Amino acid sequence: MIEIENLTKKYKNLTALDNISLTIKSGELFAYLGPNGAGKTTTIRILTGLTKLTSGCARLNGFDIVHDELSAKRQYGLVPQSINLDRELSVYENLYIHGRLYHMSTKPLKKKIQELLNYVELSERRNTLVKKLSGGMKRRVMIACALVHSPVILFLDEPTVGLDPGMRRKVWALIKNIQQAGALIFLTTHYIEEAEFLAQRVAFIDEGKIVTVDTPENLIKQQGEWAIDRIVDGMMETVYFDSREDADNYNSCMDERFTFRKVNLEDSFLALTGKKVK
Amino acid sequence: MIRGFWAIYLREMMILRRRLLRQIPSWAVSPTLFLIAFGYAMGRDMTVDRHTYMEFLVPGLAAMSSMTQAFAISSEINIARFYWHIFEKFQAAPISSTAYVLGEVLAGMTRALLAVLVILILGFAFGVNLSYNFFFWAAILLNSFIFASLAVGLAMLVKSHSDQAMLNSFIITPMGFLGGTFFPLAMLPDWAQNLLYYLPLTHAAKAARASAFGSTPQLTSYIILLAIGAIFFIMSIKCVKMAKD
Repeated sequence: MIEIENLTKKYKNLTALDNISLTIKSGELFAYLGPNGAGKTTTIRILTGLTKLTSGCARLNGFDIVHDELSAKRQYGLVPQSINLDRELSVYENLYIHGRLYHMSTKPLKKKIQELLNYVELSERRNTLVKKLSGGMKRRVMIACALVHSPVILFLDEPTVGLDPGMRRKVWALIKNIQQAGALIFLTTHYIEEAEFLAQRVAFIDEGKIVTVDTPENLIKQQGEWAIDRIVDGMMETVYFDSREDADNYNSCMDERFTFRKVNLEDSFLALTGKKVK
Repeated sequence: MIRGFWAIYLREMMILRRRLLRQIPSWAVSPTLFLIAFGYAMGRDMTVDRHTYMEFLVPGLAAMSSMTQAFAISSEINIARFYWHIFEKFQAAPISSTAYVLGEVLAGMTRALLAVLVILILGFAFGVNLSYNFFFWAAILLNSFIFASLAVGLAMLVKSHSDQAMLNSFIITPMGFLGGTFFPLAMLPDWAQNLLYYLPLTHAAKAARASAFGSTPQLTSYIILLAIGAIFFIMSIKCVKMAKD
């Protein structure tokens, strides 16, 4: 479980996080959606002890991130945005060092590494140097690293950024499997389809503030079910409809070019913040 | 409190093992040049305290090398921090700042000891065979402890990798030349000797040389080295704690 109460982070003249409060239950797949610079990574950095908070508090599985820092750190695995693997070490060595950082003894660690390499489908690459792996493989090694010590919480900070669509879907499947095994997953993303496909609940964050928290279905429903995008006087205009029939009726009256599509989380974000996520 | 230090040390050793075949020749280049230029060519007919200049030079080079190679761990930390983001992995792990510093300092000391071994083998090839006893190694170990501790602390304070090169220019190079490696400090005026007395390398070179020549080194040198090392080690722990945003 993650409990965040009135979390604030200030840098000189900038408030990166403004009084954020959230509760995320065990086993939940929670997506944190917002544009670049909204405060997503700052939240994760504070929760994982990489950045000091200015005020407020947070607990991971009941352990305070400031007062019981080392116990809190044992509760989670972290997959950061940038690749943080040792390029000069092999896949196995990276996982081994990671396990030792979490005080695992050699025998159970070796067993766990083998299990994880099978899980992320990299068994045949165990002795390959990380610098020789593709971007997608590196991501999977990072996920395996984060799982070595069997954490109950997994932080994924933009886990599919820079991956091709095929590899992205492979990582999504992996994330779903991890969540189904019982882990709480806190996922930051600016990919709409990622949040829609994976998350049970979504928080919109903008300029350091939580705008709303709800299920993707409820957030989308607030706008309608279907949308028509068209260009009016050089500006994109979107009209929303509750049913396909209403949208078809509207279409039949239009002469200009348009795009007809299902409503998504981007529409909901736009309606609530006046901005696009990407 | 120090749980997890072994993982930090092990990581550095795994990387060092991969690079060792490249690293050993690089440790040998500068000392070989110093031995040829200063020891073999310029100092061929020179004696210092009834020893050949080559014999004077080798323990000094060993002390200097224990300083430079222990301090070189700061470049490794910086690369891991600024380019590969690996330092964040350690920050996110359930290990204390003390464990992190201890692991990196031990790694720096190991590099230093290996580099000193290379120098002693080179010295042997140049015909220098001295007494490398317990007191010699104690001075080398304490010196490498000081500079590895300093390296970890400074690596946390610098803001970019280019700042690191500046530290080498301002700290390591002057100390290497003025810490009693190449000439006896007694040749300098009193005020300079008094000033250089406070450099750790002065004491390390003095103690290592005395031991290598079969004399009994001064206990005060070891006490000073240990005290400076302890101060730098504690300061490094503080610096690691401060390295969060």
